[in-house]
Amino acid sequence: MKNQLASFAALACVVLALVPLVYILFMVVKTGAPAISWEFLTNRTVGTGGPGEGIGNAILGTLLLVFYATLIGLPIGLMTGIYVSEYGNNKIGYTVRFFNDLLANFPSIVIGLLAYALVVNLLHFGFSLFAGSVALAIIMIPIVANTTEEALRMVPNSLREGALALGVPRWRTVLKVILVNGKSGVVTGALLSVARITGETAPLLLTAFYSSYWSASLTQPVASLPLTIFRNYNSPSKELLQQAWGAALVLILIVLSINIGVRLFLRNRTGKRKVVKSWKQRLSLRT
Amino acid sequence: MRAPRSRLTFSGRTSTADRLFEYGVLAIALSTLILVWGLVLEMTIDAQPAIYRFGPGFLVGAQWNPNTEMFGALPFIFGTLLTSGIAILIGVPLSIGIAVYLSELAPPWVREPLSFVVELLAAVPSVIYGLWGMYALRPFIAHSVEPFFISFLGWTPLFQGNATGLDKFTAGVILAIMIIPTVASVSKETMRAVPDSQREAALSLGATRYETTRIAVLSYARSGIFGACILGLGRALGETMAVTMTIGNANRISWSMLDPGQTMSSLIANNWGEAQGIQLSALIEIGLVLFIVALVVNLFARLMVGRFMKAVPMTGGGL
Repeated sequence: MKNQLASFAALACVVLALVPLVYILFMVVKTGAPAISWEFLTNRTVGTGGPGEGIGNAILGTLLLVFYATLIGLPIGLMTGIYVSEYGNNKIGYTVRFFNDLLANFPSIVIGLLAYALVVNLLHFGFSLFAGSVALAIIMIPIVANTTEEALRMVPNSLREGALALGVPRWRTVLKVILVNGKSGVVTGALLSVARITGETAPLLLTAFYSSYWSASLTQPVASLPLTIFRNYNSPSKELLQQAWGAALVLILIVLSINIGVRLFLRNRTGKRKVVKSWKQRLSLRT
Repeated sequence: MRAPRSRLTFSGRTSTADRLFEYGVLAIALSTLILVWGLVLEMTIDAQPAIYRFGPGFLVGAQWNPNTEMFGALPFIFGTLLTSGIAILIGVPLSIGIAVYLSELAPPWVREPLSFVVELLAAVPSVIYGLWGMYALRPFIAHSVEPFFISFLGWTPLFQGNATGLDKFTAGVILAIMIIPTVASVSKETMRAVPDSQREAALSLGATRYETTRIAVLSYARSGIFGACILGLGRALGETMAVTMTIGNANRISWSMLDPGQTMSSLIANNWGEAQGIQLSALIEIGLVLFIVALVVNLFARLMVGRFMKAVPMTGGGL
């Protein structure tokens, strides 16, 4: 009796946790879908809620932010992961990993403050696309580093030994053998980190700010989907609120399709390999 | 089984290209870390004016008034702790239930997809949680949950006020939902790490499945589960957008969960655009306080989970 009750309670917890997920998806699709039209996706935000207004500049802004952030963050994260996995079996490696893990858990608004300190205070750029990209890149680096490290460590040692035995220099072994074999794990990590930074709001509020114009300049403030939602969510104007829901729909479609796509196409190909953080791996036997 | 980490060492000569590659990769890895921690220092410098002006009193100052230029952090520290506390109270039991189901009860073919779906909760952007919280959760809480609290618990100082739904309670509920994926998946990992010999011992003594889970799994993994909860706490403390959109934004201390409030992060988000001079500096100091709190909480969580994982024999798993 107690047995069944406990099992039922555990199952109820799972169901209860899935209610918000389903409800959010349902509500965003239902409320956001009427807003979607070609004009909505391609026109810029004027901010008055008039006819023909859209979120085109926000979509462009988000794409640019993610693009530049990936340009900065991906190589650095990749290199860090390579170092920790291939050369990091020593004190420096542990230190790098430790501080990277701490960085991964910084509150995102604090990362916004850090990027503000760098770009706005030290480099005197002001609120800008560049500042926003730096903030997102700082969020991206530890994620990519962690997943790269995990993926590379799952490449069997026999491959390393084989390549080295054939006289291949170590750096070529890393680039041509290990990285190529750990490819799908690395790509998974990169894509998941892109999904994560696409939805980040707080750091952008502090760095990229917002603009209702078309802008692709690195030194100017830029619009983004998350900030479009934040600016309009409380608006008394029905049209502006509708804009927020439309932007939410576009945003959630991007984020979830990356997550689900990675799951379906990349993780299955790697069989039972798990690239998401495994605590046993991350935290055990490290000293 | 995972391959063990590379233990290849090179006693022989390595070529210049090899050394260049290794040091190049290391330089990039180190330089970002140094940059980031240097920026923490720069943040401290930006906060100097406020630190000098208000001293340690900043932490206990109850006012936030741009007109008189009096700034104190207490209402926001209070708001952060209260909302995170609500999140832990609601989120942790749910997460442990989920972890028990996924680790002990679920049939193998359900386990993986269901874990993925629970983790999708973490993929939903925080600003969308806020939007949903404002238009779905808030009316529900204001009409169905809070009137109930007021009529049964209204005599306590914790539940006084009106059922508006734009308050610390709603923010806490949203935070609870947002920490579930973190707490549940780390707890699940620690429960999966409990050696099967523990379960078998309990079962062979005639324990039921419920008793086995309680005695052999939960108590064995408790420090790991505790670490998972602290990790969830770390996430709740720093969460910004969803809280900013639902907490009602009032810069004062009030014990009632039905009153609007403000957290450290929501204060920064709300005032960033117009803050200048000493107010900007005070906001950055708030960010610094938040940073230190989150750092300490995370270090502690890592310590707990790490210690548990180290204690588990690596080979003690499957039969």
